[in-house]
Amino acid sequence: MKNVLKVENVCKNYGSFTALNNVSISVPEGSIFGLLGPNGAGKTSLIRIINQITLPDSGEIFLDGERLIPEHVHQIGYLPEERGLYKSMKVGEQVLYLAQLKGLSKSEAKTRLKYWFEKFDISDWWDKKIQELSKGMAQKVQFIVTVLHKPKLLIFDEPFSGFDPINANLIKDEILKLRDEGASIIFSTHRMESVEEMCEHIALINKSNKILDGKLSDIKNQFKENQFEIGLKSDTPDLLYNTITEKFKTEKSKNYNGANLGLRIQLPKNEDSTGLIKFLNNKAHITHFTEVIPSANDIFLKAVANNG
Amino acid sequence: MDKLKLIIKREFFAKVKNKSFIILTLLSPVLMVGLVMLIVFLNQKNSEDVRTIGYIDESGQIATILKDTEHIKYIDLKALGIEEAKNKTNKFYYGLIYIPKVDSLKKLANKISFYSNETPSLSLVSAIESKFERRIQNLRLEAMDFDLEKLRSTDTDVDFITENFEGEKSSKIGSVLKMFTGGAFGYLIFMFIIIYGTSVMRSVIEEKTSRIIEVIISSVKPFQLMLGKIIGNALAGILQFVIWMVSAGLLLIIVTFIFGPGATSLNSGGVNIPPEMMEQIQHSSSNNIQLVLAEIKNLPIITLFFSFIIYFIGGYLIYSSIYAAIGAAVDSETDTQQFMIPVLMPLMIAIYIGFFVIENPHGPIALAFSLFPLTSPIVMLMRIPFGVPWWQIVISMVLLIITFIAIVWFASKIYRIGILMYGKKPTYKELYRWLKY
Repeated sequence: MKNVLKVENVCKNYGSFTALNNVSISVPEGSIFGLLGPNGAGKTSLIRIINQITLPDSGEIFLDGERLIPEHVHQIGYLPEERGLYKSMKVGEQVLYLAQLKGLSKSEAKTRLKYWFEKFDISDWWDKKIQELSKGMAQKVQFIVTVLHKPKLLIFDEPFSGFDPINANLIKDEILKLRDEGASIIFSTHRMESVEEMCEHIALINKSNKILDGKLSDIKNQFKENQFEIGLKSDTPDLLYNTITEKFKTEKSKNYNGANLGLRIQLPKNEDSTGLIKFLNNKAHITHFTEVIPSANDIFLKAVANNG
Repeated sequence: MDKLKLIIKREFFAKVKNKSFIILTLLSPVLMVGLVMLIVFLNQKNSEDVRTIGYIDESGQIATILKDTEHIKYIDLKALGIEEAKNKTNKFYYGLIYIPKVDSLKKLANKISFYSNETPSLSLVSAIESKFERRIQNLRLEAMDFDLEKLRSTDTDVDFITENFEGEKSSKIGSVLKMFTGGAFGYLIFMFIIIYGTSVMRSVIEEKTSRIIEVIISSVKPFQLMLGKIIGNALAGILQFVIWMVSAGLLLIIVTFIFGPGATSLNSGGVNIPPEMMEQIQHSSSNNIQLVLAEIKNLPIITLFFSFIIYFIGGYLIYSSIYAAIGAAVDSETDTQQFMIPVLMPLMIAIYIGFFVIENPHGPIALAFSLFPLTSPIVMLMRIPFGVPWWQIVISMVLLIITFIAIVWFASKIYRIGILMYGKKPTYKELYRWLKY
């Protein structure tokens, strides 16, 4: 798959503090790329470098195969985590100004703004000042500003913060729609359920280093620990439990519907599950059998802990 | 370039559409003219009331000199006797002069009393005192058999004809004119830098606290934004000054038209200028009016004009970029004080140096500070009307331009880093480190 953005060996130091140490990432075209990491890991530094707000000390960045130049800002849309608008400026004037800074002509910007304002049902805000709007309303305006110039690459830093669930959903749907229309999206967030739901690829940055990246599904496979969640139905569950613990590393788990013994079993590294199934099949009725797939949250915690 | 234009436009309109800007722009001329009118009004009011002063002249020689004027009436109260006269004055009059009978005129000087209810007006008392002084002096001179007529005829008024070696005549009024012209230009730059530099700073802080800054600089370079802000604010400022000049001028004309030419002249009444001094002023001014016109023509108007433009632009850009950097370095206006003092210092010094310049326009202090780039925009402009060798102007301007480039470079570095820094107020050491990022 073609990569819309390639970041190669980027380093950035602030005095003696290293913000990014030899970080490389590739963002495939038309997908959502989750940029994850604990607070202060260097995500914002990387995003600012991609936006040419700051320059890297070394390393290179390519947008669509071309080395990054100032004109590329027109092809990038950025919604920073710390966001705001001119408080005493009217919404309409403000969005027109910001759109023109992104290279749109005034008339083009007006047409597109009309479309988006109608879509979000906020046309009557045009002459209001930002300070008259609620935080969520201002966020909507800011989202429009970010996507208005139809950038190839969209960067959202915590896009859902400040939105109620209804509006968060609205924004999520819009982001997915933008992806379907061909935009590539970098998505930085701490909300792991949205990562799970939306991201095909992720990269994890911790303490200025990239410690993990790739397809989310591949990473999940890589982080599987050969654990299984099992529900059993037996006449003598206590006895059965003892027999199993003798042979496998076992913990009690939740009770599944229809079962009277819930277990989580850890298999040794290279053993597959057939032996376990055979063993259990002789002794009880198996109502549940699933391999434990780590959640994005688990992966995050584990990777960061290992790196610590 | 297009983006710079957009930024300038936004900054300009953001400033101009601001309510406080509109109110200040429209109200200031009205207030200014109103203030002038109030002073004139009070002055006239003051001079309208006629003060009555009683006198008892036991000597019989002095009070003859007291003649009623427009504002003061003198009444002879000798017939009442001192006690009764005091009573009456206390009730009805402004004051009472008592001149006792003394055997020699010499002693009289310290014997005359002035009684009044309240502390008498200083100018009034000294005016009467000087009248009496002259009277007593004359009487004594007469007593010594001097011919007063002859003595008066020897009065001399020395007035130098000042002329430089190129043969250009000048006058004291010319010096005043030069002082005034230079001072006015210097002050104008000073005021403009302080008012609009602060406004640049505020605008930077606003973008920082409203957190829009990151969105903007993902579209434009920080330097473009800073420059756009500085230019936009300057244009708004120039507009405001032009409006002030024009409207204040118009209002003054209107006021003069309605209330007559006297209304705007402060000399219309009350100010108690002794008549002989007034005469002197009128005498010399009528004599010198030609010379003043010549002086105005003699002012290096073209040099002054172009220097003003260069020093204005240079000085404003230097200071406003420092202001922008300060705005970027802090989170709120309350944090700016620490950094403001070093900025205001050279400006204050420049204005202070202005007094030395008036005293000695070509002295070492004036020369040094008119070359030093942080004060030269103000000090050099104050010097130029007195005539400054061209090489000094050139050196000063070159220094100004070099400093301007250096400061804008430093400021834009601090600005670039500062706008993205939140949290604690940076120290000077940290600012220095930012320069190296």
